[in-house]
Amino acid sequence: MRDFLLVTGREIGLAWRQGAATSLTVTFFVIAVTLFPLGIGPEREVLARIAPGVLWVAVLLATLLSLERLFQADVETGALEQMTLGPLPLTRVVLAKCVAHWVTVAWPLILAAPVLAVLMGLTGPAIAVLVAALAIGTPALSLIGAVGAALTVTVRRGGVLLPVLVLPLCVPTLIFGAGAVEALLTAGPVAPNLYLLGAVSVVALVLAPPAAAAALWLALE
Amino acid sequence: MMEGRTAETCFEARALDCSRGGRPVLSRLDFKVAPGQALVITGSNGAGKTTLLRLAAALGRPTAGHLSWDGADIARDREGHRQRVHLIGHQLGLNPVLSVAENVTFWARYLGGAGTPGTVERACAALGVDHLMDMPVRYLSAGQQRRAALTRLATTPRPLWLLDEPTVGLDGQGRAQLAGLVDRHLAAGGMALVASHEPLGFAATTLDLAPYAAFAAEAA
Repeated sequence: MRDFLLVTGREIGLAWRQGAATSLTVTFFVIAVTLFPLGIGPEREVLARIAPGVLWVAVLLATLLSLERLFQADVETGALEQMTLGPLPLTRVVLAKCVAHWVTVAWPLILAAPVLAVLMGLTGPAIAVLVAALAIGTPALSLIGAVGAALTVTVRRGGVLLPVLVLPLCVPTLIFGAGAVEALLTAGPVAPNLYLLGAVSVVALVLAPPAAAAALWLALE
Repeated sequence: MMEGRTAETCFEARALDCSRGGRPVLSRLDFKVAPGQALVITGSNGAGKTTLLRLAAALGRPTAGHLSWDGADIARDREGHRQRVHLIGHQLGLNPVLSVAENVTFWARYLGGAGTPGTVERACAALGVDHLMDMPVRYLSAGQQRRAALTRLATTPRPLWLLDEPTVGLDGQGRAQLAGLVDRHLAAGGMALVASHEPLGFAATTLDLAPYAAFAAEAA
């Protein structure tokens, strides 16, 4: 556990030091969502109708932006190779990096989401559900994204290949995440959507780290 | 320091075949390293020195033959074996954004060995990078980065050192400091495999890879 936190701490420290990844991701999220009122017009009913989907798609795309570098720097510098000589199995190293990615990328997006939700015409309860859904669903995005990042780590211009690999796998999270907010707006049941969203995150937590670690071994050996 | 070692401890290769990118490189290689012994691996470019060192770190699998530690095949416990070795290769494992002190401290904590206070400072002093501790690694010269990476040898005690061209970029003083580290390691019963073309300044047996080249075996 100490080694796990050491790796997570290093990653969070690096993200804090570099800053650009987090601030660019949030900026992209804000700009992407703001385009909708500008493009569609300021009618609140229309915006509120599409808000859950728009916000979730924007979160998904913003997360993708930050994934390409998840393992790249450490593979290029040989740091990942050194980590395999340490006490933490590569699967745990992947998990530690995912936790750091979630903290440094998803948390700022979740914090920015309520403000943008107001812009999109959502109100109190819907915003609360949106934030809860993001908190439950975004771990899956970091974890699934890690598999894509690991598979494309040695590919030049992997940034284009990465979304093609990752986006289809993120569809369940998108459906249940947007569905939870949608359900509240249409007076449907919210809880089942959140449960399913949580289930997707749990499945990703179990399957993604070993898959990403296997992909990284291909790059290392 | 070298806990759990018995008198017959040794690192050994038996009839080792290996390939790189699907092409056979080495064929039927045998060697043995005993405690206190260093083996200098020589051979022309592409002879398989790096491939061999990566195999010895269990970062790759031989196509045939065995590498064994104390008589036990390392393939049986690859993760355990990796924690016995230091591998200093061409990629130094330093993060360019972090300072020398941060890099050295992270590896000392992660690989083990930061238990006593002052370990990091002493290691940096031993390799002459103590005046660069606060400097981000990206501003260091190639030789200074090499020195910063070599501090891992001083912070974390491990019985088998795998050094791939460790003197690249080092000046005379740096080489002498490295030779001193290796000398102390060997005197404490450590082992080392060093791939190098240059004189290293410590007593070592030479292992020339030329007779084990895979194409030579095919021709025979």
